[in-house]
Amino acid sequence: MNDSASRTSVFGPGADAHQCDRLLGEALSRGGDYADLFFEHNQSGSFTFEDGRVKNVGRGVSLGMGARVVDGEATGYAYAQDLEEAPMREAARTAGTIATGGGATEAVAVSASSRPDYYPVDTPTLWAPDDHRLALIRRADAAARAYDPAVSKVQVTLGEGLRRVLVATSDGRLVTDEQPLFRFFVRVVAEQGAKRQSGSSGGGGRQGLSYFEGQRPEEIGREAARIALAMMDAQEAPAGEMTVVLGPGDSGILLHEAVGHGLEADFNRKATSNYSGRVGEAVASDLCTVVDDATVTGARGSINVDDEGLQGRRTVLIEKGILRGYMHDRLSARLMDAHPTGNGRREDFTVTPYPRMTNTFLLAGQSDPEEIIRSVDRGIYACHFSGGQVNISNGDFVFSLTESYLIEGGKITAPLRGVNLIGNGPDVLTRVSMVGTDFAAADGIWTCGKEGQSVPVGVGTPTLKLDGITVGGTQA
Amino acid sequence: MSDSKHDSKSDSRSDSQSDSTDRLIATAQAVVARAQDLGAHTAEVLLVTHRELTAKIRLGKPELVLQASSRALGLRVIRDQCSAVCHTADLAPAALDEFAAQAVDAARLSEPDPNSTPPDPGDLATAADRPDLDIHDPAMAKVDADQALAMAIAGEQAARDHDPRITNSEGATCSIATGQRILVTSGGFTGSYGGTFASLVVEPVADDADGKKRNGHWWDGRRHLSRLASPQDIGAEAARRTVEQLGARKIDTCQVPVIFSPEAGSQVLSTLFGVVSGDAAYRRSTYLLDREKTPIASGLVTVVDDPLVPGGPGSRPFDGEGLASRKNVVVDRGAFTGFLCDTYAGRRLGRPSTASAGRGISGPPGVTSSNFTLVPGDITPEDLLADTDRAFYVTRLMGFGFNPVTGDFSKGAEGFWIEKGKRAFPVSEVTISATLDELLLGVDGVANDLDHRSSTASPTFRVKTMTVAGS
Repeated sequence: MNDSASRTSVFGPGADAHQCDRLLGEALSRGGDYADLFFEHNQSGSFTFEDGRVKNVGRGVSLGMGARVVDGEATGYAYAQDLEEAPMREAARTAGTIATGGGATEAVAVSASSRPDYYPVDTPTLWAPDDHRLALIRRADAAARAYDPAVSKVQVTLGEGLRRVLVATSDGRLVTDEQPLFRFFVRVVAEQGAKRQSGSSGGGGRQGLSYFEGQRPEEIGREAARIALAMMDAQEAPAGEMTVVLGPGDSGILLHEAVGHGLEADFNRKATSNYSGRVGEAVASDLCTVVDDATVTGARGSINVDDEGLQGRRTVLIEKGILRGYMHDRLSARLMDAHPTGNGRREDFTVTPYPRMTNTFLLAGQSDPEEIIRSVDRGIYACHFSGGQVNISNGDFVFSLTESYLIEGGKITAPLRGVNLIGNGPDVLTRVSMVGTDFAAADGIWTCGKEGQSVPVGVGTPTLKLDGITVGGTQA
Repeated sequence: MSDSKHDSKSDSRSDSQSDSTDRLIATAQAVVARAQDLGAHTAEVLLVTHRELTAKIRLGKPELVLQASSRALGLRVIRDQCSAVCHTADLAPAALDEFAAQAVDAARLSEPDPNSTPPDPGDLATAADRPDLDIHDPAMAKVDADQALAMAIAGEQAARDHDPRITNSEGATCSIATGQRILVTSGGFTGSYGGTFASLVVEPVADDADGKKRNGHWWDGRRHLSRLASPQDIGAEAARRTVEQLGARKIDTCQVPVIFSPEAGSQVLSTLFGVVSGDAAYRRSTYLLDREKTPIASGLVTVVDDPLVPGGPGSRPFDGEGLASRKNVVVDRGAFTGFLCDTYAGRRLGRPSTASAGRGISGPPGVTSSNFTLVPGDITPEDLLADTDRAFYVTRLMGFGFNPVTGDFSKGAEGFWIEKGKRAFPVSEVTISATLDELLLGVDGVANDLDHRSSTASPTFRVKTMTVAGS
């Protein structure tokens, strides 16, 4: 399926401008404020390497068109897998049954809109020579095994995709985008006598194989092995409230959970978020500036256009502790009388968009990272995580540490067993007392789930010091 | 493991479906034959169809009506012990010929794995072992958007009427799903089953002190529409669960007994499934590696994986490789019976499959659970509570805090503080920690309130002691 021909015509004549006009007209035939068509062609592939061999090769293609009609706060949605006139008209008509206001809408005439290019990739990894990709996988495997004789299992996976979308909207936009993406991931199990531990590391983004010129696969393999070995003799973690220093990069997951979701406008439109109605108020310490930035070149969460045809952009959410605004999709922007921010995203053509994060970062501060650690008499240093979760309404969020250490007398000491941290969103950022100069974006491995839909995202932060968060260890 | 709310499998075929089912079986058979012609030694096709109606309302008004149907086909080929899995939604004959050729071609990129084999044809389920699992309800096909909206509106209204402290709502959602699975293999297996699942979830919101909101939710989901709890009951229960969290606070860090509600308990069971799976065993990614035939839980704990539960959300007449479904006792009065296996994991571990293969269109078979449950005990949850002096009662768990290799378990939790057998006050923003080993060995009470609403399900149970971390 290395078919590089017809990059722009995967949708066939079903998606030409006149056909879109007709379908949008059909969608709005009973009324409605807005309609759009979302065409998606998603080509995917995977390699699974385990026990020293390529164990499985996966390939797939999905294709379809979702039709949406919005009438007030109500959305009608239907989709078709066949891009023939009849099933697409049926989908448009079905979506339109949500509207109750009656027809007589003006004719729609879409015309092509321009877009930026935040992921200029000549050859998506999916189309790169198979032996090049398999060689990268073998290099990571070999490096992980060579790291230490204790390494007993190595699994390397490469997941790749090329998602092509075309969005046609009743306000006249017709936009296309090609979104390449890959994720390279290594898992290691190490064993010493009866003790066993795991470690993992990965990377990727909206880039071609040139990514591996900057980040060698050996480094990813070794990092996974390093974590497994470093955590082998981990001791039980303390329980209770204490100072926590978060390392740069992956710790951005805290931000994603603690404030990111709460600033997605759907929750605020419905006044079900802790951050509802608080624009202009202090919601974080004045050391904190938080942005959602879809424009980072080649990043996993970047988007040229969102899944509603609007350009991706950089939005300041919190500026020096003051809440500046929310992340919107078209629906929330219209209902809250705000500017859209290009955050309307969806997993695929079978579902409707919601306000979603892209790359969410806390920007660098003034403190020397080593000085931050030195300032802690007793606490925890956390640097790798398996994931997080938040309850939007009460603001409680958790994130799970997979690599962390005690800090004693200003020094990083003993490794700690896997432990969960829990905090409250609107509270935790007020406890940020030091922000490092060492901002780093996490490498491209994170996926965010909401409303049952997964989308790729980026996170990033400098070293942060939190004065008091509950650590869920066992040593009371 | 699939979320039961999105499950849609069944075993009986309605008449209206059988025509198209026969056509889809013929399509799957043609793809298997084509792949064999092209040199595949093994070819297996899974074809799935899905139809859904989702109606979401909020504050009495429609928010979303989604109506659609889809289908997709996945093909696994094995050639000279080399595997590939490809999927497509384009079922036109010419496209499928090309698709089969691409799959056979892709297998050349993988490397020989002597354990990549299909089940022995003699082990495949025959037409005689297709039990009626009561998982298809023809009435669901007749539900229209207006009816689904009406159920959602009634559920939300019941929540708002139940308690004046319900001040807002995240809405209510009614979903009706119908699906079919067709499996055809070159080993000689042809089988299909279809099924239905209806669910209603209500999510009220209340205002708490300091600008905090409290959300709660309650839901029901059943294979048969007539067995779904009434919207009024679901809404009232959702409201009750929301307002009882008002005023929730942290507690001081302590070591106390912990009682798991059925909802929190089912999450513990999900965690357990991950470490009794043969996939985890051959990857050496489970703390139970050398623990077969030994105690891994207290004698009160018996865990079964039973795909034959009538009307069960995880019920299936045959597994993802065409083996007849059977009930597996995974933990028998505390003793670990053995890892659940599909054919591949079984071969890696030197033993037969336990007919535990799951399969999706986009990957090879893998070990999955069906109806994975903690077998209920004799006492009521009320009696279990009354028998407890001080404890933390968990209603909700949060987060990914589990390491299968070491068994370290640490998750966010909310619920109630229990004092002298009664709920004293609501608790939030704490974590509970132990190893899963300590947790299971420490179970000292199992109640009788098992409900098969979700495919992984648990009754209320109590653990002797865990660390609760708070202030």
